[in-house]
Amino acid sequence: MTDVNDIKITPKIVKEHGLNEEEYARIVDAMGREPNYTELGIYSVMWSEHCSYKSSRFHLKKLPTKAPWVIQGPGENAGVIDIGDNQAAIFKMESHNHPSYIEPYQGAATGVGGILRDVFTMGARPVANMNALRFGEPDHPKTKHLVSGVVEGIGGYGNCVGVPTVGGETNFDPSYNGNILVNAMTVGLADQDKIFYCAAAGVGNPVVYVGSKTGRDGIHGATMASAEFTEDSEEKRPTVQVGDPFTEKLLIEACLELMATDAIIAIQDMGAAGLTSSSVEMASKGGVGFELNLDNVPQREANMTPYEMCLSESQERMLMVLKPGREAMAKAIFEKWELDFAVIGEITDTGKLTLTFGGEVVGDMPINSLVEDAPEYERPYELPANRKDVDVPAPTDLNQAVLDMVGGPHLCSRRWIWEQYDHMVMGDTIQRPGGDAAVVRVHGTEKALAISTDVTPRYCYAEPYEGGKQAVAETWRNITAVGAKPLAITNCLNFGNPERIDIMGQFVGCLDGMGDACRALDYPIVSGNVSLYNETNGSGILPTPAIGGVGVMADSEKMATIAFKGVDQTIVLIGETKNELGASLYQKQILGEDAGRPPLVNLDIERRNGDFVRALIENGQVSTCHDLSDGGLIAGLADMAIAGGVGVRVTVESDLPLHASLFSESQARYLVAADADTAEQIRMEAKDAGIPVAVLGTTSGDNITVNDGALDISLTALTEGYEGWLPNFMANAS
Amino acid sequence: MKSAVIVFPGSNCDRDMAVALEKITGHKPLMVWHQDYDFDTVDFIALPGGFSYGDYLRCGAMSARSHIMKEVVKRANDGVPTFGVCNGFQILTETGVLPGALMRNAGLHFVCKDVELTVENNGTMFTSGYEAGSSITVPVAHHDGNYFADKETLDRIEGEGQVAFKYGENINGAQRQIAGVTNAKGNVLGMMPHPERMIEPALGGSDGRVLFESVMNSLG
Repeated sequence: MTDVNDIKITPKIVKEHGLNEEEYARIVDAMGREPNYTELGIYSVMWSEHCSYKSSRFHLKKLPTKAPWVIQGPGENAGVIDIGDNQAAIFKMESHNHPSYIEPYQGAATGVGGILRDVFTMGARPVANMNALRFGEPDHPKTKHLVSGVVEGIGGYGNCVGVPTVGGETNFDPSYNGNILVNAMTVGLADQDKIFYCAAAGVGNPVVYVGSKTGRDGIHGATMASAEFTEDSEEKRPTVQVGDPFTEKLLIEACLELMATDAIIAIQDMGAAGLTSSSVEMASKGGVGFELNLDNVPQREANMTPYEMCLSESQERMLMVLKPGREAMAKAIFEKWELDFAVIGEITDTGKLTLTFGGEVVGDMPINSLVEDAPEYERPYELPANRKDVDVPAPTDLNQAVLDMVGGPHLCSRRWIWEQYDHMVMGDTIQRPGGDAAVVRVHGTEKALAISTDVTPRYCYAEPYEGGKQAVAETWRNITAVGAKPLAITNCLNFGNPERIDIMGQFVGCLDGMGDACRALDYPIVSGNVSLYNETNGSGILPTPAIGGVGVMADSEKMATIAFKGVDQTIVLIGETKNELGASLYQKQILGEDAGRPPLVNLDIERRNGDFVRALIENGQVSTCHDLSDGGLIAGLADMAIAGGVGVRVTVESDLPLHASLFSESQARYLVAADADTAEQIRMEAKDAGIPVAVLGTTSGDNITVNDGALDISLTALTEGYEGWLPNFMANAS
Repeated sequence: MKSAVIVFPGSNCDRDMAVALEKITGHKPLMVWHQDYDFDTVDFIALPGGFSYGDYLRCGAMSARSHIMKEVVKRANDGVPTFGVCNGFQILTETGVLPGALMRNAGLHFVCKDVELTVENNGTMFTSGYEAGSSITVPVAHHDGNYFADKETLDRIEGEGQVAFKYGENINGAQRQIAGVTNAKGNVLGMMPHPERMIEPALGGSDGRVLFESVMNSLG
């Protein structure tokens, strides 16, 4: 079946592989001849946007990736940071947008599977899954189906492998109607002296394939992920991979068991572009060649061609280079776990990827060329002009506006979603979903990791630079609000078509903002993923650089939560509230407008206020804390009151109109609660530190009451809306 | 108290169960891989939660027919205290040691949350530390916890005190809101909720601890 290599390469075939004429000429140049069909397929995936980052690489280089606690930055399967005591946290976030739109259950499930593999490939036991989901407007006919399928897929996979899904975020916006976003993040733990990398070494060493067999699923998934969507995208369903979480669970246990020995030289999961990209990456990092005998690849289907084997994205597979002589011991471990184990090749000194099949060479390509010759585009871009400030009027009915917001699609409880995820398995989830950040203990210690995923696409669209800063700052703030020290981030950069000057402007602006925020907050980027071409029929999504932050707290007993703890707690607002209603949720949802500047992030103030709040938690002065974001002060108060089941009576003293005080989305703000004496102490300390501070009132009664009744809502009504919106929507919408 | 935790391919609450047993009994349990069916004599056998064999065919069906379950069933019939949680409960019903079956949740969704349970019978070795009729909080995490048995069986097990726990609310469509049942002899308990996840305040409460302490006390 090597016949496919007899197919003559025509311009049409080249185009079908997503390569332009210029790129094809580069391939011919690098090889010194025309590629055959298999080789063309391999080049097309290696040079796809998804694998080569050809439009984004130039700008990604500008991001800060270093700090004394960074053990491994971008370029490996996942980022690695030092969390003390010879332990490391290993994490990454990745997109699975296009597959999830076409086939929500499998698309989301395999998104989780893929990111788990990225993390355990490096020697970590995965301890937490997170996600960042974006769906179209609730009224769109597909939204309910997509929400339901994606949530079930994430749960179906994560629940079965036994890694808790501890949090995430979910947004609705019409710009995602035809292109939802499914970003999955995994955090794992490893000992620092047991971290595994992908650089192959040792000429003659065996290359070993483990895990599931290879089938015909997912062929050209990476290429699909690098093109815009059209109406006939449904036809691409066969390119969506099918996941088997049971096999993944076995693969985790088998790999960790083998990793406890010293048999592995290098290991890499087979993700996008499967066997091809994993072997090219391992060989390239190690500066060696690979010779693979495709006859030895475990196959699920009969008569697979080399082309299909190389491009299949069948799930739950890994590639390893073992020390010579360890094959039998390694094989015994994989057989115990009932997984395939096959020696499929060896390391060479040729610098080439050489593929044989049926005794013939069916592919022979220079590794360097596959990786380094990939084009790098410095695409033209144009940043949108900064917006002008606008006047944002008060609502006609303040009570109703708050009820609509808290009980609406943007702020309501995501309980319907996270109750479908096992968020407690592994027995270390000490802050469950619904708070500012998820918190999982480092097993067997007092330490804990805090994790949060955030971005506000409204701001990124309004002013990409400010939006990029804000996304980073918000994860930093959420991690701070539970009492942890933010250490590093991963990201998933979801944008439209980079060949459009305005989209590329969004990308560059957001990245500049992210970079500045990371530098100012000592919060480097250690891993990430870029997902471009998130468009359908020429209409792009809101720019959505999702950020996943990780922090650590030394004493998990000091952790803060958002729930008010009973009556007579004094509520203190830390940080300054400005008239920042531009691009706010209030403006968009209640007034139906999107205008004006988004809230500006002053990174010095962000850091000063955050460090102050974290110290309050670490000192044990505060165990109730919530940061303010979408919906402003009133949304924050509502969250804390609902979670604590107690009302509040507060007075807002300000020169601003009341609706601005309540809905402004000014940054670097936190609400804390404590007994009256401690609250007074906090107020004094804040004043001394030059931090704006206001004592707002106390927890009491069954209502949320502001300024003697200028706003007055029963907590029962608020809670009903908050808890009810999503389940009602999922039960009723068509 | 010497205990064993049986591990199948796809078990994923085995570590949680082991941590709980060690914290409460002070002894590390024996982790028994399903192929090592000739394991040491123990005072207590735990079948942990998870997705053994990927829940393929039916939850617990493949494990129930494994070699090691023949051994576990034999020991259970000989009187060794045996405890199945979630997937462990499903395996025990599939072997026939416990009555009934666990079907897909009535709401068709996986459900993970804290639930109120009523202690229906505190006369068993697993529940003696609870007050009869008291309400405790223990989390569930399952897709197939909808307990089913025919009316005759339900009447019988209720009549004979084999229903150990009931849900305070209908979370999965279980007949008579049954959450956990014992065998007639009372030395085998299966339940969908996870007491091993509720053994310290940091995890949300300690109500699950009492169950393990009850077994310890009954064994002296």
